[in-house]
Formats: sequence, structure tokens, C-alpha cells
Amino acid sequence: MSVFDGLKFRRVYSPIHNLDPRIKFIYVCAIFVIAIMFGELLPLIVLFIMQIPFVLLAGVKREWLRSMRGAVFLATIIFLTNFIFAYLGARGLGESLENAVAMTLRFIVLIESFSIFFLTTSPDHLGLALEQTRVPYEFTFAFTTAVRFVPVLAEEAQTIMDAQKARGLELERGNFLKRIRNYIPILIPLIVSAIRRSLELAEAMESRAWGATKNRTNLYELKMHKGDFVLIAITVGILAAAIYIRLYLPIPSINQLLTSIS
Amino acid sequence: MIEVEDIYFTYPNGVEALKGISLKIKNGEFVAIMGQNGAGKTTLVKHFNGLLKPTKGKVLVDGVETTKVSVATLARKVGFVFQNPDTQLFSETVEDEVAFALKNFGFKENVIKKRVSWALNLLGLTQYRKTSPFMLSGGERKRVALASVLAWNPKILILDEPTIGQDYQQKEKLRQFILQLKAQRKTIIIVTHDVEFVAECNPRVILMREGKIVADGKAREILTTPEILNQASIVPPQIAQIFLQLSDLSFPKNVIDIYEAREILLKTVREGKLK
Repeated sequence: MSVFDGLKFRRVYSPIHNLDPRIKFIYVCAIFVIAIMFGELLPLIVLFIMQIPFVLLAGVKREWLRSMRGAVFLATIIFLTNFIFAYLGARGLGESLENAVAMTLRFIVLIESFSIFFLTTSPDHLGLALEQTRVPYEFTFAFTTAVRFVPVLAEEAQTIMDAQKARGLELERGNFLKRIRNYIPILIPLIVSAIRRSLELAEAMESRAWGATKNRTNLYELKMHKGDFVLIAITVGILAAAIYIRLYLPIPSINQLLTSIS
Repeated sequence: MIEVEDIYFTYPNGVEALKGISLKIKNGEFVAIMGQNGAGKTTLVKHFNGLLKPTKGKVLVDGVETTKVSVATLARKVGFVFQNPDTQLFSETVEDEVAFALKNFGFKENVIKKRVSWALNLLGLTQYRKTSPFMLSGGERKRVALASVLAWNPKILILDEPTIGQDYQQKEKLRQFILQLKAQRKTIIIVTHDVEFVAECNPRVILMREGKIVADGKAREILTTPEILNQASIVPPQIAQIFLQLSDLSFPKNVIDIYEAREILLKTVREGKLK
């Protein structure tokens, strides 16, 4: 279940962890938009490198690397399809290579920024942020519960896999279709137990007077601090710069840069 | 035969669950592994069928190192019934559930049929043959899980917390059942907290604490030594508690069996030793 590791929150304190999740989310969205805005390699490289200080500042390098490693498989597929089709579309080797790398990097930038967001934001903070942006509490609760149950489910999936392996199930056996079918004995108990668990959770909530008060108050309230304003400034700055560059500046491709140097 | 040679095991998240465990379980032995929560009991037994491989040291099952063969190969010899039956039930009918492992091991169709009937009959589940396992009660599901493992007749049987959520009657049936398997020279390993159940079964007891074995010996010795039990947060069985408290009346200290206790008490009363 290493795929989920990159999204698993660990409670540590760093300047990034203490930021207001709402601002962090806006920042991530801005990066997302910018990554979509550019199809050229050069700005995407800049965008990729710009995230690294955040990772180092937050002290989540190991987890972040792990989530990057989890993205390798999809990234490879994106690279290959882009490269093959661009090349078949009678573009030059250099150009199609650069295009494929750019598309892959765009994907990686998206994964990168979302991974930073989830690695540095506790589910509670996230719920609080949603609540304070006037999202109905029912939705907020459902969301935070879902996030909180990911590790529980991952652990359960591991136990189920063990139990079925102990009954002679070999996941890696057979051809492609057979391998997919091998997962049925794992998926069904997992789904059944998730449904059972959610029913139990609902009963537990009812018995603890869920929804008894209309106006909920919170012990903790999110407040904007100095760091949050700095992040807003950074976000607005890079977004403005990106729009300006997109509209008024020509972006050289790496191939052109290389030829102009030599 | 299971041989464990000085194994250490650390989970990927850095928790060191086993710290140097060595033991030998002979064929036909009946062993109860006990200890407080988090002592490493389940982690240890998961090494016996290769679900977990030691970080250091080695585990041999019938002379074969568990790292050398797949879990499926080992499972043919070592049956493992998990604590929670819901982690394995997935078939449409109880019958299919029991046949699942047999199919995995490549038994022939007619053999599978015979084995399924045999296992269902053994655990009193024949009437539920065509029922969905999800419709059964907790205790019945637990029996289906047990049947699905017994069906391939493994030489070694591991039961993780078999008595949890079972009423007295089911426990008694389970005990009879284990004794029956023992008579067939099967090796049985149970992981449990249930002192009273262990006291009634009287197996070899291995006591664990924080990833180490603190005691290994006969149930009547270990379960009647409070100093050892304290270390593993276990209370002596009730019979043992009575006899420990009556030791000043020159009663023996190591009694865990109800019938033995009754005999001793009757003898004392008859001989008029008590005023």
C-alpha cells in the first residue's frame, strides 16, 4: 500500500505545517492552474524546482520522495504515449522528446504539489478549514472521516491479503485477466467490512447525539498569521508572473536554447 | 516440526516486534502462545507459514527455511485461521468458501466435493451449505473460517484467538475438537488471552512479553506461578487462584484442573482435616 504513503499525514511541526490550510490549498490550486497553462518544458522545470524549498522547509523529504516514486509508473505511461504519438505524428525526434518530457513533468508537478499539501495538512485542520468556509458540517465530517480511514483500510487490506495467502491464494499467478480476478477474494471482504464499519460508525454517532445542536462551535479556530500572508503574496506573485509570461513573452524550447548556445 | 532460530522482526514502520526468539515445536505438540497485547504473539505465528519473514535469524518448517518457499507452498502444510473471519469470507455460499483453498491447492473436483462435505459435517455446518457466509452469525462465520482451513487437512494448525466471541458451549466444542486433532498427531498452536480455556486444555504454554519469550513450559507450572504471569499481565486461572490462596492449608500450589481440585478438596473434607 505504498501508493498511499505519499498522502499520509504525520504530525510534526514546521512553518509549512502551521500554515492555514485554506491558503495552502489556494497555493496548490494556483500551481495546478499554472502547470496547465504551460505546455513548454522550461516553465515546467522552473515550477518543479520551485516546490522543493517547501518540501525541505516542511521536513517531509522522505515521505515526499516515496510518493514521487509511487507516481513513476503512471509518469512512464504518460511519457511513452506522448512520445510515441508525437513521433508518429511526424514531429522531429528532439521536439517530440521535449514535448513528452514536458507532459510528464506537468503530471509530476501536479502530484508533487498535492503531495506536499496532504503531507503537511492534518485531516482535522482540513476539516476545520472546510467548516470555516461554510461547507455544511455533514460534508466536512464525511470528508475528514474518509481521509482518516485510509490508513485503517490499508492495514485491513494487508490483513485480508495475509488471510487469503494463508489459504493458498497466489496474487502473482496467471495471465493478466487471471491476476485481476485474483483480487476478488481481497476486494469483497474489504468492501464488506468497510460497509459494516460505516454502519457501526453511524450507530456510534447517533448514540453520541450527532447533530444535536444546530450551531456548532469549535475549540480551535483558524486564524491568519504572518506566514499565511507571505504565502498569499507568493501565490499572487507567481500567478501574475505566469500570466504575464504566457501572454507577452515568447518561451524558447530547450532545443532552441541548445542550438543557440552551440 | 517448526524450528525458530534467534529471529528478530521489525515492521516497515520501525516497530521492533520480535527481539531474539528461539523455540522448537515438535510434531503432535499442542502449544498455547500467551502474553499481553502487543507482545508479538501474532507476529511470531505469522512467521510459521511465511507470511512474515524474519529480519534476522531463520524459521524452519520441516527443515525448509521459510524464506526459500512461497506462502502458498507452506500453507499446504501449515493452516492458519485468522482471528477475524471477516478478513477472509468472500464467496457466495459456505460451500464455495470452504472449496476456495482446495481449488488453490489444485485438488481434483471429486476430492474437493468430498473434503468440503467432510469439513462442513465436522463443524456442524452442513445445513448452511448453500447459505451466504455473510448471513451467518459471528460464531458460525468463525466456524466457516475454521472449516475452510481444516478442509485441506494441514499437518500444523495455527488458531489466532479462537475463543474470542464464542459462548461457553462453542468453546467446549472447540476444546473437544482440538483434543481430537491432537489425537490425530496434528500440531496445534493457539494464540490466546483466555487463561481459563488454556487451563482446561492444559497444553505447553509459551509466554511472551515485548517481543521476547519469558517462559516456556507446562501449563500447570506456568499458570500457577504468579511472578511469571505478572510479567505478561496475565491473571492465574480461578482454580489456581484459590489454591494459591489456600497454600497455608498445605494444599498443592500447582492445580489448574477442576477435577483434580475437586478430588483434593473432597479428600481433605473427608479426612476431616478442616475444622
